[in-house]
Amino acid sequence: MTDRAFAVVRAGALTTVQDLGRLGHAHLGVPRSGALDPYASRLVNRLVGNPGDAAVLETTVNGCAVRPRCAVTVAVGGAPCPVTVDGRPVAWGAAVRVPAGAVLEVGAAVRGLRAYVAFAGGVATDPVLGSRSTDLLSGLGPPPLTDGAVLPLGAPPATRPCYDAPPWPGPPGELVLRVRLGPRDDWFTRAALHTLATRAYRVSPASNRIGLRTEGPPLERAVPGELPSEGMVLGAVQVPPDGRPVVFLADHPTTGGYPVVAVVRERDLAAAAQAVPGTPVRFVVQCAGVP
Amino acid sequence: MRTLAVGERALLVELDSGEEAEAFHAEVLRRRAAGALPAVQEIVPAARTVLLDGVEEPGRLAAQVGRWRIEPLHARVDPALQIPVRYDGPDLAVVAALWGVEPEEVARIHAGVEYRVAFCGFAPGFGYLTGLPAAYEVPRRSTPRTAVPAGSVALAGRYTGVYPRSSPGGWQLIGTTDMVLWDPAREPAALLSPGTRVRFVPEGGAGGADFDSGVGSGRGPELGSGHGSGRGPELGGGR
Repeated sequence: MTDRAFAVVRAGALTTVQDLGRLGHAHLGVPRSGALDPYASRLVNRLVGNPGDAAVLETTVNGCAVRPRCAVTVAVGGAPCPVTVDGRPVAWGAAVRVPAGAVLEVGAAVRGLRAYVAFAGGVATDPVLGSRSTDLLSGLGPPPLTDGAVLPLGAPPATRPCYDAPPWPGPPGELVLRVRLGPRDDWFTRAALHTLATRAYRVSPASNRIGLRTEGPPLERAVPGELPSEGMVLGAVQVPPDGRPVVFLADHPTTGGYPVVAVVRERDLAAAAQAVPGTPVRFVVQCAGVP
Repeated sequence: MRTLAVGERALLVELDSGEEAEAFHAEVLRRRAAGALPAVQEIVPAARTVLLDGVEEPGRLAAQVGRWRIEPLHARVDPALQIPVRYDGPDLAVVAALWGVEPEEVARIHAGVEYRVAFCGFAPGFGYLTGLPAAYEVPRRSTPRTAVPAGSVALAGRYTGVYPRSSPGGWQLIGTTDMVLWDPAREPAALLSPGTRVRFVPEGGAGGADFDSGVGSGRGPELGSGHGSGRGPELGGGR
């Protein structure tokens, strides 16, 4: 292994390698995967001078710690959290130089859930089907980080790091998900559609990269049984037999047999990735054609 | 045919039968190959639908699709993928009993059909193969196995398939293949993709029964709702 690498000192609760995902293989049963908060991953990449699709680390809840073997520019963004280099506080949401052998500590999220760590040159694990993303549903890509693992870094980009401090939207106190009804809203009662549009839900602790699960009033079905398996999209609001809506995130299965009552606008999903369990959720039903 | 909007950038085209869905999917691929399809990120066929995802103007595409003339599927001339099988699965006797034949006959019947990958799902490289006559549909096991070995050749509903890697599963296991159907480091990663034609070849002689299994011959009624339903061996599990 060359010097362009880092060792994992503390893997954290769940830290994975993510880029912008593995698109174009859904017909083979391959999930799209990729960073759950793609705005954050693009932004930290830009801060260190990487192209937006370079692979970064995505942490969950309690961050991670790594020791680069070479001096490298990094940026931590997404969920706000304390960041230190060899114990000294450094900037969050900005480019930071980490000397060779120093420990970069990404602390527990103060708000939100998932922090993103970009390294100049990107995490350079071998791509699988064109992506370095860890896919937790089907096990493609590098495994989640473990203590002591060593991951390669790519050659540093020619672009200079950006030392501006960009504005970051804070993680939401309330998760507002704008949805468009369908394709299977006709499998639900009118009362259920009214419930979806008006009642309060909460983010369930059973949420993961596959789906944001909710707690709240169940949606009553007008049509019993299961659908013949059909293709699923990112943001699909699938309703399993318990009636509680599940919002499909990046590692969602490509097909499914539970009806999809509505689909969340893609730009609202980054906030879903940062919503901690217990966060209030509101589904706002939009009419077709509303931009 | 019915077209359903799926969010802002996708379209679900619903057909009346599995055969029609396969024919529509073939038409989509023909048009894409001919450069006559707007940009589509994902084309995902399933039991009775084709999902077109990542489309700029799904409403406009929906209107176009409604005017397409869909040709019925016809047998292609390129050779089918041959998958060698040892018919030694733990559910062979159960399937034989359901079919009302001797266990040795199961191999002859299963290997006598030419199949087509209708769609993939459940796991990367898991293909749902159609072509088995309706009389040979079998239910899924009432209790799924927690671990089905990779390479298991299996039956459920109107489908047959091969587990690309070890996973939980509820299909009836009739045999085993050593062929590696899914290898992400290989090009192509999946030997079974929608539209691929397949023949199972019993290892150690004993050729198949050679039904005339003309693809798309209109045979093979749909599974009723609530029976099998064509879902994966397990659904949306997550780990």
